[in-house]
Amino acid sequence: MSKNNSKTRSPLFHIVKRDPMTWYGALGVRIFAIAAALLLSAVVIMLLAQKNPLEFYKAIIDGAFGSVDRIWILAQNLVMLLCVSLAVTPAFKMKFWNIGAEGQVLVGGLATATVMMFFGDKMSLPLLIVVMTLASITAGIIWALLPAISKALWNTNETLFTLMMNYIAIQLVAFFLKRFVKSGSGVLEPMHEYGLPVIADMPYLLNIIIVAVLTIIVYIYLKYSKQGYEISVVGESENTAKYIGINVKKVIVRTLIISGAICGIAGLLLVGGTNHTISTTTVGGRGFTAIMVSWLAKFNPFVMVLTSFLIVFLERGAEQVSSQFRIPSSISDIITGIILFFIIGCEFFLQYKIVFSKHRKEND
Amino acid sequence: MEKENNIALECKNITKTFGNVVANKNVNLSVKKGEILSVLGENGSGKTTLMNMISGIYFPDEGSVFVDGKEVLIRSPKDAFDLKIGMIHQHFKLVDVFNGVENIVLGMKNKKFNIKNATKEIQETCNKYGFEIDLSKKVYDLSVSEKQTIEIVKVIYKGADILILDEPTAVLTPQEISKLFNVLRKMRDDGKAIIIITHKLNEVLEISDRVSVLRKGEYVGTINTSEANEQILTEMMVGEKITLDIERSEPKNSVDRLVVKGLDCYNSDGVKVLDDISFTAKSGEILGIAGISGSGQRELLEAIAGLQKLSGGEIIYHNPKTEKEDNLRNKTPIEIRNLGVRLSFVPEDRLGMGLVGNMGITDNMMLRSYKKGKSAFLQRKEPKNLANKIIKDLKVVTPDANTPVRRLSGGNVQKVLVGREIAASPTVLMAAYPVRGLDINSSYTIYNLLTEQKEKGVAVIFVGEDLDVLIELCDRILVLSGGRVTGIVDGRSTKKEDLGLLMTKSKSGKENE
Repeated sequence: MSKNNSKTRSPLFHIVKRDPMTWYGALGVRIFAIAAALLLSAVVIMLLAQKNPLEFYKAIIDGAFGSVDRIWILAQNLVMLLCVSLAVTPAFKMKFWNIGAEGQVLVGGLATATVMMFFGDKMSLPLLIVVMTLASITAGIIWALLPAISKALWNTNETLFTLMMNYIAIQLVAFFLKRFVKSGSGVLEPMHEYGLPVIADMPYLLNIIIVAVLTIIVYIYLKYSKQGYEISVVGESENTAKYIGINVKKVIVRTLIISGAICGIAGLLLVGGTNHTISTTTVGGRGFTAIMVSWLAKFNPFVMVLTSFLIVFLERGAEQVSSQFRIPSSISDIITGIILFFIIGCEFFLQYKIVFSKHRKEND
Repeated sequence: MEKENNIALECKNITKTFGNVVANKNVNLSVKKGEILSVLGENGSGKTTLMNMISGIYFPDEGSVFVDGKEVLIRSPKDAFDLKIGMIHQHFKLVDVFNGVENIVLGMKNKKFNIKNATKEIQETCNKYGFEIDLSKKVYDLSVSEKQTIEIVKVIYKGADILILDEPTAVLTPQEISKLFNVLRKMRDDGKAIIIITHKLNEVLEISDRVSVLRKGEYVGTINTSEANEQILTEMMVGEKITLDIERSEPKNSVDRLVVKGLDCYNSDGVKVLDDISFTAKSGEILGIAGISGSGQRELLEAIAGLQKLSGGEIIYHNPKTEKEDNLRNKTPIEIRNLGVRLSFVPEDRLGMGLVGNMGITDNMMLRSYKKGKSAFLQRKEPKNLANKIIKDLKVVTPDANTPVRRLSGGNVQKVLVGREIAASPTVLMAAYPVRGLDINSSYTIYNLLTEQKEKGVAVIFVGEDLDVLIELCDRILVLSGGRVTGIVDGRSTKKEDLGLLMTKSKSGKENE
């Protein structure tokens, strides 16, 4: 009998798709996920770092909002991540897997740095800014356009192509630094005298304003313009696009021009607006993080403000924690990972539910 | 006692839900050894879900399954197989580059396996039940019905005593269907229990011993076939009395609208999919296109719509307004529209081609009209009005005009698509399998819409698979076989069997004439 029982035991649970949730239900699930993440993180903090989790969380908030300076840095990091996210969004909405934003931003920055270095003392500042802007946008477009044209003409794999373009960009920057930095140190001294203007003595304000305007433009473009509509159709189904007579190749190329141009602007803001110098790590992985920001926000530029905030907040907090408690940054990375895991993972529970078997009880 | 032993498979109070959709609710079903049971129901009534639970693909939320009188739990297809339950799916699961024998023995775990003996055994199985098949042919060389035969032989050879066939006749010609039925009868006489899923009433009456009917996921009842007729079964299936007549009017003022001459087309593999196709579509007439699926129907319509590259031939459109003749060959959809050709196309793949599943009805209406006007921005007001008009006129069931269309039922999706294409007041309307997957009421709505368009003077081209419907609805029927036209016949005087013969007429057969 017992043998028979074990043989006929039903599965413990199975997964079924659920109806679309109400907004408060979805909010509830998300709050629960964050609470669960904080709880699990607390256990990790106590076990691995032997610290008081509450202190730990306080340090995270402190790292993000602790002083006026920190808030400015948070805002600056937020808008830069947001800017790159805005750049990748049109391409991803079209299901063009552009993982080359890192390189597209970097060549934009390189173009800016080149103009600053060689023409800085030869032009008036307004003219210099115009040239910088054009150069960085053009560079970003070229970097995005090569994979797009190959995709349109020969149906190459854009994921590999854009990824490899990243390495070319990084090596170009390395070459630039080695060849043109006169000291031979490979580190370019910041060129503070050339660059974008500073508004009201607040160094990051211009970036914030430009990205805010870009956010609104991208939102309107995607939602209300005919071209944005074409992007949605191509992304949803290429067959439908052909059926109604959309020139798919043209849309791919056009969209990647837009994507690349915004990446170029991001490079301009990073090099011309903030750093005034360039290194191979200027973009700092934003090209990849931006993909997550964009997907988490389901390609809505306004929601991307929230998702970039979440990620930048965790990053800044983690930095503070590791310096304040003098613990390896890997522990704060673990905490960031846990929190992101729960926030992304809860999307599953918004779409599916787990049903525990009734048979099991009956059999027992 | 003996009676109980006779029951091969029994389902009691099976319930399965997907979200708020109840796919099966308290369904009861039993099949005896040596019996053919039909499971009848409209599309979406839960037939396939039920069978998927029996074959281990889904697990029921509630209820129990008994095999040979013992309660069993079927958690995976392997469990089902161990219980000698074999399922033949609608879409075949064969390896194209393997031959018949290799496909049949694939996955066998017998240690003493020997391909020669296996071939002999399989051949014996074939002879026993009367399967006519060359087992050494590669699957890619087989016709649809031969592939199906391989699938059936596979489950029998692996020892299945309970066979489930999901819509086995959907892809077959009348001749192939009667062959299949003969084989099924032999298997029944051999003591196998056979469940056949279908929504075709005449087949149910012909083949089965008993019929179980499902409606909207609920079990309606089981009756003996000898006590049933089409009217009784329809009422059980739909839940109300309906008339199944199509009113076919005589074509009025027919003139040539679209003249197709000698179309040739190769697909991306270099295979000739359209071979010297010529026909004329006239205004005020429904031209049916019959053929086994994959005989070139899709390519033909896509070629006319400007979606296929042609290697030869002409498509001449007689413009009723300008009285001009335009050649549409190798023009893009946009160029065709710019010529003033009002050509509407309801493609076979509704959500993958005709509509965007994740968009609402309004945004789907825009597919045809978004380019209007010089503004860079979208104009949503007109599409919205059109969406609301279609929802009202065609009784589309949807929460609102912004609900993604993929959430609507098959019939409602089709109403949206056909509604949009008709709204463009076309002069040529092409529809590929417009009633596939639709329930009876929706199907008749679509037939009536097509007839209405015909009476307005539209040249309607209708690709169908149900030969009875083609004969009832169309004025003329063009038959395709292997990318060739094997005949254009009169819809009023043709018999189903004649169409069946034309559908299987081979190239060489034609050349020999």
